[in-house]
Amino acid sequence: MKLVTAKRVLTLSILLCFLLILVILVSITIGSVNIPPFRSIRILFESLLGLKGAGSETERTIILSLRLPRAILAGFVGAGLSVSGATFQALLRNPLADPYILGVSSGAAVGAILAILLGLNAFSFGLPLASFLGALLTVLAVFYFGRQGGKIHPHTLLLAGVIIGSFLSALIMFFISVSQKEELHTIIFWLMGDFSFSNTRAILIIFPYILLGGFLLYLRSRHLNLILSGEENAIQLGVNVEKLKLVSYLSASLITAASVSVCGLIGFVGLIIPHSVRLIFGPDHRLLIPASALIGASFLIASDTFARTLLAPTELPVGVITAAFGGPFFIYLLRTRKVIKSL
Amino acid sequence: MIEADSISFRYHEDWVLKEISFRVERGEFVGVIGPNGSGKTTLLKILYRLLSPQKGEIFFERIPMKKMDRTDIAKKIAVVAQETQILFPFSVLETVLMGRSPYIGHFMFESEKDLEISKRAMGWTNILPFSERSIDELSGGERKRVFIARALSQEPEVILLDEPTANLDIHHQMDFLNLILTLNRERGLTIVMASHDMNLASEFCDRLILLQEGRIYKMGTPEEVITKEHIESVYGCEVWIDQNPISGMPRISLLKKGGIQR
Repeated sequence: MKLVTAKRVLTLSILLCFLLILVILVSITIGSVNIPPFRSIRILFESLLGLKGAGSETERTIILSLRLPRAILAGFVGAGLSVSGATFQALLRNPLADPYILGVSSGAAVGAILAILLGLNAFSFGLPLASFLGALLTVLAVFYFGRQGGKIHPHTLLLAGVIIGSFLSALIMFFISVSQKEELHTIIFWLMGDFSFSNTRAILIIFPYILLGGFLLYLRSRHLNLILSGEENAIQLGVNVEKLKLVSYLSASLITAASVSVCGLIGFVGLIIPHSVRLIFGPDHRLLIPASALIGASFLIASDTFARTLLAPTELPVGVITAAFGGPFFIYLLRTRKVIKSL
Repeated sequence: MIEADSISFRYHEDWVLKEISFRVERGEFVGVIGPNGSGKTTLLKILYRLLSPQKGEIFFERIPMKKMDRTDIAKKIAVVAQETQILFPFSVLETVLMGRSPYIGHFMFESEKDLEISKRAMGWTNILPFSERSIDELSGGERKRVFIARALSQEPEVILLDEPTANLDIHHQMDFLNLILTLNRERGLTIVMASHDMNLASEFCDRLILLQEGRIYKMGTPEEVITKEHIESVYGCEVWIDQNPISGMPRISLLKKGGIQR
C-alpha cells in the first residue's frame, strides 16, 4: 500500500473529479425524452458560456432545469452520505456504522411524514424543512443522552442513537398505518429515497452544510486515523479527543440531516462507499474522505440516472438501485482486494 | 526527570492511589510491580496525563504536568499499551508514522524528515523487512515491535510500558526486553514498566516500585525489594527466593501449598 502524501491525494482527487464530470455529462444526456448526446452537451456548455444557441426551448429546460440540478443534487447527497458514513465508522469504531445509525434518518422521516400528512409538502420547502428539523432534534437528543460526565462515549452514543431511532421508527409505522392511500405513496417513496423533487434551490439549501461539514471533517482527518486505535492511544499521541469527537459527531450529523431532508432515505451509499474506497485506497482518512466524497457523488448520480431511465417513464426509488448495484459490486471488491491494493 | 509528589487518585469513591511519591532519574529503567488492582496501570496513566491526580502533582523536569499541553507531553513521553487494536488495516509503516503526530501541525502530511525518523525507528526495532505488511497480519511479537517503533517515532525521552510481555512466549519476551534494554542503555531512554513478571523485572530493571493497595510498599534495587518477606506480605502466597545463578539477581520460585518444607 502506497503512503498517503499531499501529492497522491491531489492527483487522485483530480482524477476522480474527471470521473465525476464524466458521470454528470453522461447523466444529462439520457432520460425519457430523447435528446441526442452531443446536442445535450452543447446546450450545457453554451449555457455555461452564457450563449443560447443549440436546442429548442423545451430541450434546454429539460437539460438545464431538470437533469442538471438533479445530477448536482444527487452528487452533493452522495458525497455527503459517504463522508458522513466514513466518519461515523471511525467515531463509533464500528465498521457497520452508516450515516443513519444514530437515528438521524428516523428523525428526518418523522419530520417528513408529518409534513406530508399535514399537507405542508404543498409549500415548496415544507417537506425538506420539516425533515431537517426532525433530523436536528434527533441529533440533539442523541447527543444529550449519549454523553457520560460531559464526554461523548461511543458505546453510550450508539445505544442512545439506536434506542431513539427505534422509538422514532415506531412513530413512523404509526403514521404510515393511519395515513391515506395517496399520502402513502409519497411517504413510501420518500422513505426509499427520491430525487424527483430536485431543483436548484434544494441544492442551494444543502450545499453549505455539506461543504462546511466536509471541510471541518477533512481538517481532522489525520486525527480520525489515530482514534481508530482507541481513544487512549489517540490521547497519548497528543490528540484532543473530546473536541475531535464533538466536531466529527456534529459535522457528520449535519451533513446527514441536510442530505436526507432533500431526497429522503437513500440507503447503502454511506456504508458501502467508504468501505469500497478503503479497499481500493487504504484506510487513511486524508485520502479516504475526499475519495469517498467524489466516488460517492459519482455513484449516486449514476444510480439516479438508472432509477429514472430503467423503467421510463416510471421512476424507481433510487434506493432500489443503490442496493441492487452496490451490494454485488461491494462483494466483488472484497474478493479482488489484493489486486487493486497497489493503486 | 519525573517526580511524583504525594499523588492520590480515585475513579469514584475509593482512592486507588494514596499519597504516592517517587522520582525517576534520567536514563533509569524502573519497574512497577504489585498484585492485581494495586494501581500499576492507573499510576502509568497518571504519568502520561490520561488521568489527573486529585491530590498532589507530577513534575516533568520540574514543570507541573497540568501546565503541559497534550502535544508537549506526547513529544516527551510515549506509551506502549498492553494490546492495541486498529480498526482498519493500516500498514506497518503507516502505523509507525502515526508516532510523528505530535510534530505535524496544521499541514496534515508527514515530511521527508518524519519518514526518515520513523524508518530509523523501524531499523532499531528490526521491522523494516515487513514495513508494507498490514498490521493485522502480524504475530504478537511483531506487533509489539511495531508499537515500540511508533513510540520511538515520537522521539520521546521516556517510554512507559504496560505489561509489555503479557501474551508473549519466552523467546519474544526476551527479544522485546533486550530491545528495550538496548534503547535504555545506548540511547539513554528512560523506561518505566509495569509488569506482573517479577523475575523479568528483577533481571532488567535498575529499580523497582512495589505497590500494595495503592501505596508504595517498598522502593529500591531489585535486591532490596524482592525479598521473601516483602513478596509474601504483599501477594499473600508462599514463595522461595534465591539468586539467578548467572546474573545474581533475585529469583522467585512459586510454591504450591505446603511446598516450603523440603
